[in-house]
Amino acid sequence: MAELFSKKNKEVFLAPLGLNNPVTVQVLGICSALAVTSKLEPAIVMGLSVTIITAFSNLVISLIRKSVPNRIRIIVQLVVVAALVTIVSEILKAYAYDVSVQLSVYVGLIITNCILMGRLEAFAMQNGPWESFLDGVGNGLGYAKILVIVAFFRELLGSGTLLGFNILNYEWIKNLGYLNNGLMLMPPMALIICACIIWYQRAHHKELQEN
Amino acid sequence: MNTNSNTYTIIYASVMVVIVAFLLAFVSSALKSKQDKNIELDTKKQILSALNVRDIKDADAEYNKIIKADMLLNQDGSLSENAQGFTTAFEKEAKENNRLHVFVADVNGEKKYVVPVYGAGLWGAIWGYVALNADKNTIYGTYFSHASETPGLGAEIATDHFQSEFKDKKVMNNDKVALSVVKNGHVTDAAHEVDGISGGTITSNGVDAMLKACLESYNSFLTKNEEE
Repeated sequence: MAELFSKKNKEVFLAPLGLNNPVTVQVLGICSALAVTSKLEPAIVMGLSVTIITAFSNLVISLIRKSVPNRIRIIVQLVVVAALVTIVSEILKAYAYDVSVQLSVYVGLIITNCILMGRLEAFAMQNGPWESFLDGVGNGLGYAKILVIVAFFRELLGSGTLLGFNILNYEWIKNLGYLNNGLMLMPPMALIICACIIWYQRAHHKELQEN
Repeated sequence: MNTNSNTYTIIYASVMVVIVAFLLAFVSSALKSKQDKNIELDTKKQILSALNVRDIKDADAEYNKIIKADMLLNQDGSLSENAQGFTTAFEKEAKENNRLHVFVADVNGEKKYVVPVYGAGLWGAIWGYVALNADKNTIYGTYFSHASETPGLGAEIATDHFQSEFKDKKVMNNDKVALSVVKNGHVTDAAHEVDGISGGTITSNGVDAMLKACLESYNSFLTKNEEE
């Protein structure tokens, strides 16, 4: 048990949540971060879907890594990812239909999410199943974390709600001169909020800054 | 074993594809009934949206309360009860089986008719529902949705703003469908024309064509005077 949560494994799991975040540090998976973050709920579902898919595709690829013919390894990785994405998308359609309509094509586009292929190629092909699984969960959650932060600000400032619950849409707040900012719901604002997070992170961690 | 030989690679790929195919087929068939149920519920929600019943929790209960009958159009313009249960594929029904649906609704004691419409936008399918008052001419409400129109432009047809423009417009003029979507700001006949979406011209034209084609197929029903 102690071995399962060794220092190295903790590092594998925690690095993507902090200093090696796939979105803010490696700048991967940006396009879906822009598309699904105008509301909090789809962002959470998208984050969880990506976490599940990275974790299990990492696990599967790591289990079969020694048998995969080197020349078709990218194809094998893609097939595994595509199969998992299809399964997740079918499950969403069955149990969370409204969210699957909101996410529309972006669930399918998880297949092309750079984080997935990056982790498979860079980590799962060289490491054991358990480490790979942790790495997948870590990277998925690192991605989900940024999505949730961005969606939090966009939904709060853009629609005045959080998860659909009314937060700022009251008469007395309007009377104070506050209006919901429709611009927050446009994709460019996701990029700007993302950039603010990167700015904050780099300002606080000198080791991330280039000379 | 040499994992780089051609034979190994080909066998590996084939076996992998077969396994994945079985897995996906299994998942898909296991979840099919649940998904169909969701689509059915969503269709009911859309029909209710056309009747301006929106943001409801239990669509099934609300639907059973408001929609009194799912009828089919006969040649002479009369209606007869649809005996085959609820369907979500209205386009297929109309084109392949020549079955045109009309939903009869009761909103606060007033009789309304809802007809499904379907067509093509710029990138993909568009569809909707048009609710008419008992006179079969005045629009009570509309609902439009789309598969993949451009957000901010064509996709605006799914907004309340666009859909509410249709309220109180007349469908027919001299026994022909006159309801149209015209270029934004070019409405000349306020009773029959609706402003299109600037920047979403092809989608607006799609809505226009969809309304004309689908409502025209209900011509015999819309022009028939009902003696009750």
